[in-house]
Amino acid sequence: MAKTLFKKVWDAHVVKTLPDGTVLLYIDRHLVHEVTSPQAFEGLRLSKRTVRRPELTFSTLDHNVPTDDPFNIKDPISKAQVEALIKNCRENGVTLFDYATGHQGIVHAIGPEMGITLPGLTVVCGDSHTSTHGAFGGLGFGIGTSEVEHVLATQTLRQTPTKTFKVEFTGRLQPGCTSKDMVMKLIGLIGTAGGTGYVMEYCGEAVRALSMEARMTICNMSIEGGARAGMIAPDDTTFEYIAKGDRPYAPRGEALDKAIAYWRTLPTEDGAEFDRVITINTAEIAPQVTWGTSPGMVTDVTGVVPDPDKVPGYSRRDVEQALEYMDLKPGMKMTDIRPNTIFIGSCTNARIEDLRKVAKLVKGRRKADSVRVMVVPSSQQVRRQAEAEGLDKIMTDFGAEWRHAGCSMCLGMNPDQLKPGERSASTSNRNFEGRQGKGGRTHLVSPEMAAAAAVEGHFVDIRNWDGLKALNA
Amino acid sequence: MEPFSSHRGLVAILDRANVDTDAIIPKQFLKSIKRTGFGESLFFDWRYLPDGEPDPQFVLNFPRYQGASILVARNNFGCGSSREHAVWAVMQYGFRTIIAPRQEIGGAQVPGFADIFRNNSVKNGLLTIELEAPEVDKIFEMVERNSGLEATVDLDEQRLVLHLPEELAFHFEIDPVVKKHLRHGLDDIALSLEHEASITAFEKQHNPQMYRA
Ligand code: SF4
Repeated sequence: MAKTLFKKVWDAHVVKTLPDGTVLLYIDRHLVHEVTSPQAFEGLRLSKRTVRRPELTFSTLDHNVPTDDPFNIKDPISKAQVEALIKNCRENGVTLFDYATGHQGIVHAIGPEMGITLPGLTVVCGDSHTSTHGAFGGLGFGIGTSEVEHVLATQTLRQTPTKTFKVEFTGRLQPGCTSKDMVMKLIGLIGTAGGTGYVMEYCGEAVRALSMEARMTICNMSIEGGARAGMIAPDDTTFEYIAKGDRPYAPRGEALDKAIAYWRTLPTEDGAEFDRVITINTAEIAPQVTWGTSPGMVTDVTGVVPDPDKVPGYSRRDVEQALEYMDLKPGMKMTDIRPNTIFIGSCTNARIEDLRKVAKLVKGRRKADSVRVMVVPSSQQVRRQAEAEGLDKIMTDFGAEWRHAGCSMCLGMNPDQLKPGERSASTSNRNFEGRQGKGGRTHLVSPEMAAAAAVEGHFVDIRNWDGLKALNA
Repeated sequence: MEPFSSHRGLVAILDRANVDTDAIIPKQFLKSIKRTGFGESLFFDWRYLPDGEPDPQFVLNFPRYQGASILVARNNFGCGSSREHAVWAVMQYGFRTIIAPRQEIGGAQVPGFADIFRNNSVKNGLLTIELEAPEVDKIFEMVERNSGLEATVDLDEQRLVLHLPEELAFHFEIDPVVKKHLRHGLDDIALSLEHEASITAFEKQHNPQMYRA
């Protein structure tokens, strides 16, 4: 029977099928950050267990790191959490990418850029956006702290097979539109629980045309559509990304050739069956902007804030609550919304390509007076690369703050937070109430749309914005 | 983990869909390195006024719901991040069971609970019960109309009973693996380590760093 990519990766990792039908699934890469791991390491200690494969476990500091002065964590509780991870890694022989290594960054940024994330692997992390890693054609999914402890102790997880969901993007993106718009459109169509219980496979002409970084953006937000994992079949774009650049953990030479030969066997075979299929015409996707407090509350930038009775998948009350929180009225044009904070960051959209595009769009311009602009690279490596290309200078000349790597205002566990009533255009992934700071209001957009909003002081349809020309220059 | 067989308690309602983990336990409380102390922060932004006093408008602060141990909410409860702190907070507040509807929205079945939240619940002995949307509507209605309404959840029988003058019972489905797990309060790690020989054998033929040709 023709097999899917998911099935191939799954089958290659089944240690044993247990009598109750659950599977012990082998885990190739366990990524760890400071927030969801302390209780897991503590559990190991209490039960006198050890980390089974410390060399397959990699950790970094991201959520708590201050992005103005990463060495100086002022909040004592944050500091204790960071110190706990440092101690746990040292005691258990786990590699830690802290600031001094030059490789610190958001956990989902550093896995791929260091060659830790590769096709065909199982990758887990106590973090829901582990779905990002599926962009390479492996199975990446988020787990809770009990499961983190389970992986540390056994290098396996107990899993039940998942259903599969094929998401096909036909056609090509319009100029100015991005993979962020593709995934936000998808979530708008299926809802934030539409993918629950499924692993998604993104395919089709539009996906094949995307760079690895753009593919990671789509897979990253699979979880916002309810799916724990999103996958994209590996191809030459994938192999080229792995082969090039400074990726200390990626295979090289003969090992890489052998690996690529294996990776070429992974894509879904013709005729393989999926439990659910959706096809989206990419050419019809307009730039997307969220207007509510759930990623599924999203519309085209050309649209208006909807009537509470007319939002599929949400009750009138859900929408009214969201609009009250967002301080928006039905019928208001999306392009009339005026964010006062522009956040370019997070594991969704702060990789080097994103920063290059933003820099092109803002070069030689000055930000609108009404906005504060924060640019937060996803990793130290990205920050260094950007500085080598002079992007930091372009950003600061524009009036943006050029900050150090971390999760930053994506969730504001560090000092980067919205104040009550502040409104952001954010390249991150969640617009929940209070996500970026208590009382803060979030509009999710692509980096290009965020940059244009930073210039104009309100959302614009980037497709016919005159600044768009700079992207192709 | 404490085994779960049956539980009787006061029922509270939270009339919201898509209750996300940021709402269940906001990020500032995730800095703790302990597994305890989260109950006071459950639904923090909804539950407390800016001056730190309980917000009398928030449903769980109503006198009639004090001491509740069964929560009824709308679909997709626990969406968002993987933070197990959300489950810890729910349990440490005093809930042993959450009920939410599976629902057809836009032609697709929308589950009562988000995936990772449901998984984390099992690991901690929190029972999540999915019912049909009309059944949950009925429970909402009954709880609103009957102050002090208690219910009994019987895991063995897969039955939820509302203790009205005329008892109202609902049957629920549950994955047998999950049921066994909750029923016996199983320690997953110990169970998996029973298969250590299989894991070692697997590792001999599977090289996660190199790949087979
Ligand atoms: S950037 Fe945001 S979504 Fe990504 S790992 Fe950090 S907090 Fe989570």
